[in-house]
Amino acid sequence: MKKKIKIKLNGKLKTINNKSTLFNIVRKNKIPLAKVAIELNQEIVDKKKIKNIDLKNNDKIEIVHFIGGG
Amino acid sequence: MKKDKLIISKKNFSSRLIVGTGKYKSMHECAKAIKLSGAEIVTVAVRRVNITDKKKPLLMDYINPKKITYLPNTAGCFNSKEALRTLRLAREIGGWKLVKLEVLGDKKNLFPEMIETLKSTEILTKEGFQVMVYCNDDPLMAKRLENSGACAIMPLAAPIGSGLGIINDTNIKIIRKQTKLPLIIDAGLGQASDAAIAMELGCDGVLVNTAIAKAKKPFQMALAFKNAVIAGRQSYLSGRIKKTLYGNPSSPKSGII
Repeated sequence: MKKKIKIKLNGKLKTINNKSTLFNIVRKNKIPLAKVAIELNQEIVDKKKIKNIDLKNNDKIEIVHFIGGG
Repeated sequence: MKKDKLIISKKNFSSRLIVGTGKYKSMHECAKAIKLSGAEIVTVAVRRVNITDKKKPLLMDYINPKKITYLPNTAGCFNSKEALRTLRLAREIGGWKLVKLEVLGDKKNLFPEMIETLKSTEILTKEGFQVMVYCNDDPLMAKRLENSGACAIMPLAAPIGSGLGIINDTNIKIIRKQTKLPLIIDAGLGQASDAAIAMELGCDGVLVNTAIAKAKKPFQMALAFKNAVIAGRQSYLSGRIKKTLYGNPSSPKSGII
């Protein structure tokens, strides 16, 4: 059985396969990459490099976009 | 009349009305109101993507950022750290450098926290952002923001969403006299005439959200604000007559039968 790790994605706890990359998360959640910004543990991530970013236990990912606001 | 453009950070805009994209019933209503308002700049907020409901409509699908300038805003931030984080993320979404800084100090009156605002303006300017700054109507603080590199001064008319209109026009006039930066009234307008008054005071533009979005007829109000901003600007440029205490007849006094 594959080892699992726990991460937080936009504040929600998720259990994912060990050795998942940030790209796997983006693809699985159907995130439109051109319309978002991504933070990993409060550091902004270069969207071009997400295939090379392996996730670790307790990583915190924030994916944000523009919404209506004043 | 020669072309009268609003220039912010060397970018030219024909419309002097900036509108917010919050509080509308739907994205569709928001997009239509923006179109009717004629606005070329809209403020937008940075928030988490909805991971659970992927079918939720995206703002960018309704308002094309290639046609309308998105002005990322830090609404909801209560300190410099949150505001900086928000705007750095906004820049990452697609290279936005023209931003609106808004650091709030009180959840009830939503007045700006000016010490944190000033600090954030300095940092963001150093990082290459062009910062339009929401501030109170204090001429001294407006000057300090200008000296810190703000690209536009955006004093409130009244508390955000209050609809009170300009409650201290004297301070707005003083700020107008002391700055060559774009001066844009941000927050607190309630009806179209408030926007006309702001323009007649010599402001370069107004930012409106709630007054349009929450009007009973948002589309009609969007149009009203568009016209009021144009009328107010033309009135300002026309040079008003002096106020006098007594009457001065419009018809010649001679030749009366």
